[in-house]
Order: sequence, then C-alpha cells, then structure tokens
Amino acid sequence: MMPSMRAVDQAVEEVFRREAGRVLATLIRLLGDFDLAEEARQEAFTAAMEQWTAGVPANPRAWLINTGRNKAIDRIRRDVVFRTKIFDRELASAEAEAATAFDETDEAAFGDDRLRLIFTCCHPALSLEAQIALTLREVCGLSTQAVARGFLVGEETMAQRLVRAKKKIRDAGIPYETPEPPLLHERLQGVLAVVYGVFTEGYAATTGTRLVDAGLCREAIRLGYLLDELLPNNAAVLGLLALMLLHDARRAARETLTGDVILLEDQDRTIWDQAKIAEGLALVDRSLCISGQLSAYAVQAAIAALHVRALRKEDTDWPQIVGLYEVLLRLQPSPVIELNHAVAVSMVDGAARALDLVDSLAARGQVSQYHLLHAARGRLLQQLGRLGEAGRAYRAALSYAALEPERRFLKARIASLEGAPAAD
Amino acid sequence: MQYLLMIYRNEAEFAATPPAELAAMMAEYMEFTKGIIQTGQFKAGDRLKPTSTASTVRVRNGKVTTTDGPFAETREQLGGYYLIEAKNLDEAIGIAARIPGARVGSIEVRPIWPPAA
Repeated sequence: MMPSMRAVDQAVEEVFRREAGRVLATLIRLLGDFDLAEEARQEAFTAAMEQWTAGVPANPRAWLINTGRNKAIDRIRRDVVFRTKIFDRELASAEAEAATAFDETDEAAFGDDRLRLIFTCCHPALSLEAQIALTLREVCGLSTQAVARGFLVGEETMAQRLVRAKKKIRDAGIPYETPEPPLLHERLQGVLAVVYGVFTEGYAATTGTRLVDAGLCREAIRLGYLLDELLPNNAAVLGLLALMLLHDARRAARETLTGDVILLEDQDRTIWDQAKIAEGLALVDRSLCISGQLSAYAVQAAIAALHVRALRKEDTDWPQIVGLYEVLLRLQPSPVIELNHAVAVSMVDGAARALDLVDSLAARGQVSQYHLLHAARGRLLQQLGRLGEAGRAYRAALSYAALEPERRFLKARIASLEGAPAAD
Repeated sequence: MQYLLMIYRNEAEFAATPPAELAAMMAEYMEFTKGIIQTGQFKAGDRLKPTSTASTVRVRNGKVTTTDGPFAETREQLGGYYLIEAKNLDEAIGIAARIPGARVGSIEVRPIWPPAA
C-alpha cells in the first residue's frame, strides 16, 4: 500500500471517530429515515477514502453530509421499489426532504440534531430494552454485535429488535424532535433512565458470569458527557453523570481477579480512581447548587460521595447517609431505596432497628423475590447472633440470585455460618 | 398522519357512575371535541354502545360464524373513539391525554395506514 493511501485512511478514520455521530444525526433529519441515513453515511465515508487523497476538505463534516445526502437521493431514484407507482408520492416527499438545506456552519444546529436523535431513540412509545439498544447502536455507534454482547442475546435477536424499533419510529410517526419545555423535563427522565440502564447493566449485570462490563460503563459515561454538552447546567444530567463517575471510580476494587464480589467495606480504597472521584465530587456540588431542581440522581451521587470521601471505612459519615436516604425516599419512594436506607440505619442505630425496617418492607410483599433483601436480612440476623435464621435468609437470597459471582458469595456466607456453632 | 384514539374503560364502573358526574363528564367531552374540531384535528369520533351489544364475526373455510360479545374478555372495554389528524405521535399523544376518559381508563393510539393511491 502506498504511504499516501495510508495517510488518507488514517485521516478518514480520525474524522470518523470525531464526526460519525453528528453526521448520522443530521442525515437522519435531512433524509427522514434511519436506514437510509446509515447507508448514506457509510457511502459518504467510502467516498472520502477515495477522494480525500489530495487532503481533507476544510469542513469535512459538511462534505460528508452533502455527499451522503446526494448518494441517498441517487439511491432513492435508482431503487426499483421506489419506482413503482404506489411509492411515487413517497419518492417525491423523500426527495423534497433530502433536498432540505442545512447551514454548514451552524454548530448549534448539529447539537440540536444529536439531541433529536437521543430523544427519538429514547421515546417512551418504544420498550425500554428497544430504547437502550437503539441508543447504543445509533447514538454511541456500537455495532449490532457489540450491543448484542452487552445484553447477552444473539446478534440475530438484537438485529431484529433494532429493525422492529426503527419500523415503529417510522410507522407510528415518532417525531425526530427535541420535546418543548413542558414535555422536555418528563422525556429527559426517560433519556436518563436509558443512560443509567446502560450503566447499571455494565456495572452490575443482572445475569451471566461477569460482574462488571467496563465497555457499557464507559459508553454510559460518554452519553452523560454528551448530554451535559447538549443540555448544559441541568441538575439531573449533572447528578447522573456524578453518580456514574463515583460508582465507576470504585470499579476496579469491586471484584477479585477471579471475578468474586468484594463488598464496599472490604474494598482496597487505594485503588479507587481519584481523578474520577474528584470530577464526580465537583459535579455533585454543581448539581446540588442549581436551585429548584433537586434531582434524585444528585442525592444518590451525594450518598456515593460520602462513601468515597471516607479514607477508612470507619470514617464513613453514616448519620448523613441515613439523612440523604430519607430525602431520596421522599423524592422517589422505592423498595430498593428503603432497603438501602435500612442498611444505613444499621450502621447508626444498630442491627435490631434495621431488621425491623427490613421485616416491615418484606411484609409488604412487593420485593419478596429480591435477592438483596434476603441477603441484607441474613447479614443483620448474623450480626444479632441469630445464626440459624441468618442461614435461612442467605439460602432464600441464593434461590433468587441470578449472577454467578453473587451466588458464589452467598454460598460462601452459608458455608461459614454452617461451620460456626449454632446460637439459636 | 391520522391516528385512531381508542377509549378503553371499565364498563361496569362506567354504568355505576352517578348522574351528576356523568353529566359533568359529557360536558367535558363536548368541550374537548369542540376544541379539536376548531383546530382541524378532528376527523371522526363516536361513542359505542356497551360490549353486551357486540357480536364477533369470523369466516373460517368460507363459513361465517357469529359469536356473542367482544373478541376477548378484558378488564377494560372499547367505549368510543376519535379519528384525528396529527403532525406526529407526540401531537397524537398530547390530544389523547386531553380525552376525559384517559383519567379513568386508557387510550390506545394507533396510526392509520394512508389509503393506497
């Protein structure tokens, strides 16, 4: 291969990394169709490989968008399907849409297109799993294979899920728009749920053999930064980003080399990522300073911040953590938060008081199959010396746990209890 | 694009609605309908008689069978519909959310295929 060719490939690849997302987002708006836009982007980058031998154009993004759009118009005209009479009207409207002018220098418009793409992929008329898959594929640019791997489904299944989602966008008339302010807040909650869904799937996979999938965590954090760039000074966006960074900072300390769970209190605090912690702490403060917009994500981030600020586990400010969980329960009541609150209470008021809270939660029955509820009960009972009951609680937890490292952890707890003399 | 907004609610509960509440709801429906007629979004709309008056027709192997009642027993039944014109799904959802029945039952929003040319 000639050296000049390799330089071109390298230049195109660099532009691809930087611009692929923006080019796709704008092409979808201009062409009004996801598939057509993806093909057009592909063809534009292929054309760039051939035509940029003399140098990268001054505005590569505009070049790629114009080239992609022209290729799409050619394709529409060429395609025999579109040539049949029934589609004549659609051909006319597709051509008209593709001919929509765009301002090459309007940076804000490109940002708007990326935001449109995010809100369309996270539209509530799509199922949550379809929203997550579409966002990873179209906004993050992951391959279908990579998305499938992240969610432990076959590539074929994931491809079908994506096709169905794009068909629904087209057929149901899901708009390629950022919602107007009254709706924006509500829809943003949906977008953030998708981003956090990607993160938690990476951070604490619900099934499978691996506890942590760093790739998904990284993509979720990238999405968080992108949202912060597109919707600056939004308390919920900042709060979520802080929360993800503060959790992610502890990623390396959460599992052993063989993939076993390490609890927070037993983690090696010296390997926590201090750069991420510093960034996360700064973001929590910024989020909490925006008045009138207290975000549940920011409160959760503030709790995570109190954990990472403690140099030794004994230094953890448990009374303040209990207080923050109470704020969180008012903002966003949920059994999972109640359980976490109870665990925090055990550090302040002791295991007996916490066990009362856990038992009253269990009595309501909504979370009777949640393995962590039984694991927390087991632990509190163990602390109270009620070892027989503790063993039964751990066994119940084991029967509901799906993740292999968690199952190993629970089995180890049961084994250690059975080795100990019974106290009840 | 046209959307069919199907209004589902529990018929038994509806039948037990006190007269004053019923009158208030009807007035609200009139107001809503007038509103979407004025904006040009209304295409058609009707209130249906209860499912006890429904018949279901199937043709299998050329033979027509008619059975009593709606297709499936569900907690909520189709009670009426609006056919509307909306720019996109968000506008259709916005209109559906203003239907008084959305507060007690649910509205299914379905896009309509454009007629083949």
